[in-house]
Order: sequence, then C-alpha cells, then structure tokens
Amino acid sequence: MHDSSTTVVHERNGEAHAAHNPALLHHFAEPQQQRDAASLGMWVFLATEVMFFGGLFCAYLVYRQWYFGDFAAASKSINMGLGATNTAVLICSSLTVVLAVWAAQTARRSLLVGSLALTMLLGLTFLGIKGIEYRDKFVEHHVPGASFSFENEPIPGHPGQYANARHAQMFFSLYFVMTGLHALHMIIGLGIFLWLLIMAWKGRFTPEWHTPVEIGGLYWHFVDIVWIYLFPLLYLIDRHP
Amino acid sequence: MLNNFPLWPQQASTLAGHVDALYIFLLIVTGMMALLVFVCIIFFAARYRHRPGVRAEQIEGSNALEITWSAIPFLIFMVIFVWGALVYFKERTPPTDASEVYVVAKQWMWKVEHAEGQREINELHVPVGRDVKLIMTSQDVIHSFYIPAFRIKQDVLPGRYTVEWFRATKPGVYHLFCAEYCGTQHSGMVGSIVVQEQAQYEAWMNGGSTGPLSASGEKIFAELGCATCHRTDTPGRGPNLQGVFGQPVQLEDGRTVTADENYLRECILDPGAKRVKGFQPIMPTFQGLVSEEQVNALVAYIKSISANKPPGGAKATASVVAPRHEPGETRAQAGERVHAQPNGSQVQ
Amino acid sequence: MSMSMTTPILQPVERENYLNKEYGVWSWLLTTDHKRIALLYLISITFFFFIGGFFALLIRLELLTPVGDLVQADTYNKLFTMHGMVMVFFFLIPSIPAVLGNFLVPMMIGAKDLAFPRINLLSWYLYIIGGVMMLHCMLTGGVDTGWTFYAPFSTSFTNTNIIEAGLAIFVAGFSSILTGLNFVVTIHRMRAPGMTWSRLPLFIWAHYATSIIQLLGTPVIAVTIVLVAAERALHLGIFDPKLGGDPLLFQHLFWFYSHPAVYIMILPSMGVITEIIACFSRKRIFGYHFVAFSSIAIAVFGFLVWAHHMFVAGISVYSALVFSFLSYAVALPSAIKVFNWTATLYKGSIHYDAPMLYAFGFLGLFTIGGLTGLFLAALGIDVHVTDTYFVVAHFHYIMVGGAVMGYLGGMHFWWPKISGRLYPEGWARLAALIVFIGFNLTFFPQFVLGYMGMPRRYYDYSHMPEFQVLNVLSTAGATVLGVGYLLPMVYFLWSMRYGKPASDNPWNAAGLEWKTASPPTTFNFDAEPVVTWEAYNYEELDAPHKEGVPVAR
Repeated sequence: MHDSSTTVVHERNGEAHAAHNPALLHHFAEPQQQRDAASLGMWVFLATEVMFFGGLFCAYLVYRQWYFGDFAAASKSINMGLGATNTAVLICSSLTVVLAVWAAQTARRSLLVGSLALTMLLGLTFLGIKGIEYRDKFVEHHVPGASFSFENEPIPGHPGQYANARHAQMFFSLYFVMTGLHALHMIIGLGIFLWLLIMAWKGRFTPEWHTPVEIGGLYWHFVDIVWIYLFPLLYLIDRHP
Repeated sequence: MLNNFPLWPQQASTLAGHVDALYIFLLIVTGMMALLVFVCIIFFAARYRHRPGVRAEQIEGSNALEITWSAIPFLIFMVIFVWGALVYFKERTPPTDASEVYVVAKQWMWKVEHAEGQREINELHVPVGRDVKLIMTSQDVIHSFYIPAFRIKQDVLPGRYTVEWFRATKPGVYHLFCAEYCGTQHSGMVGSIVVQEQAQYEAWMNGGSTGPLSASGEKIFAELGCATCHRTDTPGRGPNLQGVFGQPVQLEDGRTVTADENYLRECILDPGAKRVKGFQPIMPTFQGLVSEEQVNALVAYIKSISANKPPGGAKATASVVAPRHEPGETRAQAGERVHAQPNGSQVQ
Repeated sequence: MSMSMTTPILQPVERENYLNKEYGVWSWLLTTDHKRIALLYLISITFFFFIGGFFALLIRLELLTPVGDLVQADTYNKLFTMHGMVMVFFFLIPSIPAVLGNFLVPMMIGAKDLAFPRINLLSWYLYIIGGVMMLHCMLTGGVDTGWTFYAPFSTSFTNTNIIEAGLAIFVAGFSSILTGLNFVVTIHRMRAPGMTWSRLPLFIWAHYATSIIQLLGTPVIAVTIVLVAAERALHLGIFDPKLGGDPLLFQHLFWFYSHPAVYIMILPSMGVITEIIACFSRKRIFGYHFVAFSSIAIAVFGFLVWAHHMFVAGISVYSALVFSFLSYAVALPSAIKVFNWTATLYKGSIHYDAPMLYAFGFLGLFTIGGLTGLFLAALGIDVHVTDTYFVVAHFHYIMVGGAVMGYLGGMHFWWPKISGRLYPEGWARLAALIVFIGFNLTFFPQFVLGYMGMPRRYYDYSHMPEFQVLNVLSTAGATVLGVGYLLPMVYFLWSMRYGKPASDNPWNAAGLEWKTASPPTTFNFDAEPVVTWEAYNYEELDAPHKEGVPVAR
C-alpha cells in the first residue's frame, strides 16, 4: 500500500508514460479535467433528481389546490415539532458536510473522519425521527389502505366543518410517497457516506484528490434541499399561531 | 368511388364538410411541399451525380435562404393552425338548445338514454337536421365516442361528464366506434348511429318509451329521500334545488362555481368536495348507491325543475339558490333579504 | 465500389485492436471500453428488435381478416402492448445513442473514452436487467394496457402484471439517463484541443440535444411508474376517480416524458443522416449552425407540446389552442433541417453507396411523416383522426421510416470502422430498396384507413369489412419489410468472417473517427489529436494529391 502522495510511473500500451497521481484515470488528460468531469456529472445527475421529485410535486400541488381544506386538516395531524426538528437535523448535517469537504481540502484527516461520522449520525437521527412519525401514523390509522380512517377532523379556520376522508387519504398517499422516496435517497446517501468514511479512515483522500467527498457532499446537500421544500409543503399548510 | 373499396368516409353531419375542407387543403399544401422537396432531391441526386474530375462546391450556407424557408413554412403553419382552431371551436361549442342524450360507457357497451326516456344499447337514433348534445360518462375506464361519418370524437371519462354534439345531415346508418383502448373487447364496443327523417324518428320514439328521463329522476329523488333535506316548501337542511341548474353557487371556501351537470353529479357522489356556503356538511354520499344511469336521471330531473335556464355567470350576492322573490322584489333584493337571515338558513 | 483514394492497407498480421486485445467472456462483460460496450448494446437491442418485430408480424397477420381468428382478444391486446413497449423502451430509445453514440462520440471529439466508462458499463447492465424483467413479464403472461398504460385501466382494472413491466421500464429508463449523463459530460469536458463547439460534427450536436431530453424527461416517467405501481399495490387513489384521483393527471405526467421521448428517438438519426449526406455529397453541410441550433430547438420545444396527445381527452379548449400552436413551432426546426440536407446535395458530387440510399430513404419518409404531423397538430382534423390508424401511420413513418432508416444507414456507414470489414455493397443496396418499398406498402395504406375511421388497437373489424383491402396491403408490405430487415443481419454477420478487410478510411470521410484504425485500438488515438480544421473538410480531403500519399491521416 503506497502513500497516496507519491506519484507512480507505470506502463500502458507497452510504453512508460509520465508520472501522475494514481487516482488519475487513463482516459483523462489531467487531474483538473477529471475533477471537472466528476463535478459536472454530479450536477447533471442532480438535475435529473429535480425532475424526478418535480413530477411528484406537480401531482401534490394539483390535489392540494383542489382539496385545500382537507389537506390542511390532514397536515395538522402530522407532527410539526418532529418535522421542524428533522429540518434542523438536516441543516446541521449539511454543515458537517461542508466541514468534511474543507477538511479534505486542507488535509485534516481526523476532522474529515469526524465530520463524515457526524453527518451519518445526523442522517440516522433523521431517519429515526421519520420512523417515529411513520409509526405514529400507523397507530392513528392514517396510512392509506384498508384500515385508513380520518373521521371528525376539523378543517382549520372553518369551525364546524370536517375533512373529507377520501381527500385526506390523498394527502397521506402523497405524504408517504414523497417522504418515502426522500428517505430512500437518504439511505442511499448514508451508504455513500459510509464508503467515504472508510476511505477517509484509510487515508485515501488528499488535497489533490478528494473528488468523492465533494460530489458525495453535493448529493447530500441536494437531499437536504428536497426536505427544505417538503417540510413547509407538507407540514405547514394553513397553520395558524 | 368504388363501393367495395371506399377511401373516404361519408359526410353526414354539418361539421364533416368543414373538417374535410381543411383536410383537402392540408393534402394539397403538404403534397406541394413534399413534391418540392422530392423533386429537388431527385434532381440534385441525378444532376450532381459523382463524375470523375468534377469536384463538389463547398457552400457554407445562406442566411437569406434560411430565413425564407423558415418564414414561409411558418406562415403556412399559422394558417393551418388558425383554420384548425376555428373548426375545433365549432366542434366543441354545442348549441344551447340542442336536445340532450345521456351516454354511459361501460366495458364493453354503450348505454344510451334519451331525455324523453328511450333507452338504447350500442345504438343511437337521432332525427336528421336537429342539434344533438351527448352528455357522457363512464362506469369504469376511459372510452371514446367516435362517429367517423360526423368527424367527431370525445373521450368518455369515469368520474365526470364530457360533452360532444352534432347535427346529422343525411339519413342513414353510420358506424359508432370506441376509440380509446379499454380492455379485452375494445374492438367489440361498436354500434350504429341511426339517423332518421323526423317522421320516422317520432314513430320510433313513440314505440316503447318509459317516460321522460326527468320523471324517473323525480321518482329516484323521492325514493332515496333527497326531498327530506332538499325541500322546496320550507328551508331544509340542504339547499333548495328548484331553479339551481345553471346558476352560480357560492361555496364554503369562498369560490363560486356554476351548477352545471358535472357539479350536480359531484354533489351526489362526493358531497364534501364543493360544499355550499351556509349549510352543514351532513349530506351523505351516494357513491355506490346509485348507478350512472340513475345519476343521469337525477340530473335531468334537477334540470327540469329549473323553471327557465337563465344565463349563467350572473353575480350572486348571497345565497346559493335564487330564492323565490316576493312580489315586486328583484332577484338581487331577494338575495339580500335571505343573506340577512341568521345562520344563513333560507327563508322564503 | 470502394471510394477510397488510398491504396488499401494490407494486413498480413492482424494489428492489435479493441476486438482482439483480449479474449474471453469476462473481458467483454467487465469491459469499460466504450467500443465494446457499444457492441454489447448492439447484440442486445438487435435481440429486442426482432422480438418486437415478431409481435408486429403477428399483429399484421391477425389483421389480414376482419374476424379475430388468429389469436384471442386478450392475446392480441398483449401483442400490441408488448410490441410498443419493447420497440420504444428496449429498441428505439437506446438504439443509436447506445450503439453508434457510444462507439463514436469519444472518437469524434478526439477522446480516449467517455467521461465515465464504468457508469457506461453500468448503463448496459441496467438495460439488461430491465430487459430480463420485461422478458420475464412477457413469458408470464405479458401486459395488455397498450404501451401508454392509461389509468384507471392500468391501475384498477387489468389483471396483468403491470408492476413488473413498469419496473422493467423504470430500470431501462435509468440506463437511458446514465447514457445521457455520460454524453453531456463527455461533450463538455473531453473535447480534444482545438475542437470547439463550432467544429463538432453535427452527429455530436444531435446526441447532445438527445441527452438533454433523456436527462430531463426520463425521471418524470420514472415517478409516474412509481405512482402507478403504488396505486396498484396499495390502492392509493392518485389516478382512479373511484378512489378520488384524476385520470387526466396520469396522462399529463405520462406524455410529459413520452412526447420528448419521440425526439430522443429521432434526433440521433438526424445526426447520422447529416454525416452520411455530407460524406456522400463530398461537401460540408449547408447551414451548419442552423442545423446545430435546430437540434437544440427541437429538444427545448419538444418539452412544451405534450398535451397534443390529449386534444379529445377532456382538456379545455384554451389548453388545446396553446398546445396546437406550440406543436407547429416544434415542426419548424425539423423542416429547416430537411431543407438544409436537400441544399447540401446541390452542387455536390453524389455517390449512391448503401448508406446514402438509406439517407435518401430517410429524407423521403421522414418528410412524409413530418408533414402528416401537421395534420395531427390541426385541432379540427385531430378530433377525427386521433386514436385511429392515421396516428399509427404517422409515427411509424417517423420511427421506422426515419429513426430505423437512420440507424441502418449509420450501421452501414460505420461498419468498416466497427468491424474492420466491408459489407457486400450489392446486397446492401438491395436491402435498402426492399426496406423502402416494404415500408411504404405497409404504412401508407394506414393513412387512408385512419381517415376512413378505423380505430387503433382493434383486433376484430368484422363490423367494418370495407377496411380489409387496405389491411391486406399493409400486411403484404410488412412481410416485405421483414425480409428487408433480415438481410442486413445475415450479411453483416457474414462480413465479419468473409468480408473484405477495410482500410482506415474507406469512404475518405471527414471526422476524427476516421483517423483511427479500422477497427480502432482500445484507446482510439495513438496521440491526442489537435484540431485545426473545420468540420466536414471535404475540400481538403478531395484535394488532388500525389499518388501513393495517404489522404486520411
């Protein structure tokens, strides 16, 4: 196992070629090109993710417009406190991600490892809180399906009016699909960060090459931003002080 | 035209001629454009065939040519667009006094019910020269009511009404097809439009009528107990439905909608969706308790108790239903009077 | 019939190239060489093409007689569904980008490989996984919703395995997204020194535009499939009115991808045709920048017209007006391209080799297909002909007459580069002619059938026997077309063993890919090229030269 700071001379096509960082892949001319390619690739991928969630958001916005009162009633029944906590958790995790990238850029290995670990911890916290919320919904029979029940829930701001159960079920269907897909992306993110953590622990990242940390960080920030949209859309419909 | 090898459907409605005229125009225009391009290609391919010693001439392009062959096609496209839109407006604007026929599509048949009460399966009898409006819904999946000879088609959706209209110009029997794939017997969901002279049509009508649709609607209205809440003599727990059809209705959430067929249908099947202002949300849903035909009958009945069909869109100042006015009172004054009542309950 | 002006390079000992560098199944299944991955795709999509084609044959055989007597109704419904799904998702969408694009994009820009070779391989595996899932779905009963799987039929009524088919498409869609991602990053970041955007071959511009659509459109159908699967499995009620949903929402989400998808299918083909016309007219393309920007315009406008599939679905008159107008807007860049291609022929020096015959076929058939799109965009006409055979004819003219002709033309044009062998020219010209004739005979009668009123997806037309004559013509054409497609399969395979070895640039064509060996080495170029010339430098290539001095190096 060589120290990653030395460069390597080896043969390709039967000819020795100029020494370079072993992380440079052979189809690239130079490290900057490889970095630029990786970065552009991740941004483009995130654009596709925006379109993916965008389709869902469209469906949500259409039904919210049609069944506003019922959606408001349903939104009231999900725990805003837990949602807000989760928002704070994710924002903190984005901070730890930024720290991790800086640590990689400045060769601070222990800070890098610590920040990655903390990010994962915060991510797990998020999922844990989400799990509690899902369990609450299950217990309250708010999970769409045969045992769904949403009777006598008042519509905020309209005393004496009660939500239509079928329309409220629509809210919960979209709630579970949207937060479920988000959580899935979170789990994938945790997998990525676990790999980053192991690589960082082994000292593979240097100021010259820490691309996986940067683009992993981009992905994490994106997952965070999706939540920043989800939280007000789902939890804060028609809330009054 | 060879009878055994027809190339063109008959023209049997007032719309057909308009559609065909545009089609022929398009055939000519696109034919000419295609001819122009093909002649150039064939001519160039032959004329500039590779000859030894003769080299190709490198030509960058020509902005003038690019602009020309962008602008001219665009103008042509705009002509086609406008013409197509005009024909479409005709097709989607049913005349106000058209006679109405209700259609319920189901896998895999068409159930037709005339306002006068005649029922048909996979057939529709209409008199020649009269405007006919079809009010259609589906019991299950999306279908599409297509009459090639009339050049009309409209998807038939579950959960709402869609409308199409025509005026037949030639007596005869014409194909009716389902044009939206709907399952196993999609190709079996065919029928006939039977266009008859007025006299024949009336003869057909008088044989085997079960009474007008609105009469069955009135019966269902009573059987299901609608009248318990929707009273016409005293204020009830539900809005008075007399004269409601076609009127603007103010909803609990502040919106105002017009009480058209779709609205009435939605109120019966999903009463919470568009709650009327000033009334408690206590109407039970009849989803699953009434068939589509029964809903059609109820809608026909409610339309029949709107004494005159006033133009919609009049701004209602207050209550849902145009209240009966006192002698000498205008509609608006009646509205003000009712609105001033506590609890929003109706006082006639 | 070789156009080469160089003396053929004799190969007494076979040079090392990407094909013979390593042998063994694993060297192929774990390759990261874009050229090998292109061949992996070639084999897989050819397989699916023949499956989809077989279904088409059965459909046309059934329609020979008005009565449904060959297969049962449910079987027929599954046949046209699977024909559509296989052809769209497992043949047309990958075809040119995954085969020709993968092979040529790096070489055309002077790179050694795509930006992400391992993601390229992953892309192929995802395609295979999706394909296997689709095969399994077909073998266990198939799906009968039509490739458009409209709700609520697909969510609440059909008994077939929609979820599996949907997931197969989802996975294949991911493959498409990754291919697009690879191309965009490669074209942005891996161009050789001197290869500016204005010097790129128009094939690259076409693939760039295609990739944009793949990236932005495919995720929407992915989420639509997720929602349909969720509704089906959990009775969620997003699209089914009985559960409170809206079937029109499904249509909007579906067509938001599926309309741009048709531009994914045709743009690469346009790119191929551009290269062929330039080469076989021996001149630069007329209006390079107009053609390049037309590709981008098609990609952008293509996202704005989806509801022209819904003019009779129950949308408002105002929506319909807007989408009709935009549909005419998107027709314009395609027309501009046709005019530019035609103008390129003017004062050219035209050769009639097989690739050029396919290009001529494309020009004719794509023009007809595109012009019939004008009929469909006209609201008044569309009401009558939507959901009839008129639409079927229109899109087959573009997909088959356009995209497949372009694909075959491209396969012939670059075959020497891919395989190091020449295909037999005589047979190739015959095949092109058979395809052209068979195609027109199959699909032209369908325009007439459509205007007459024959709806789509009908397996029995015994109530309308007057439709039979045209259906018989169409089926006759289909058999001819089938022969036309089998021929290249046979002679391409034959040529790999017995074909004449090809020189590096048998067509004396412009483009960096022709500066590599035939077949190329694994890393394409011995030294990174530095580009100092414009695209389509045929003037230079055809300049009179001293005998014996190779031109194309």
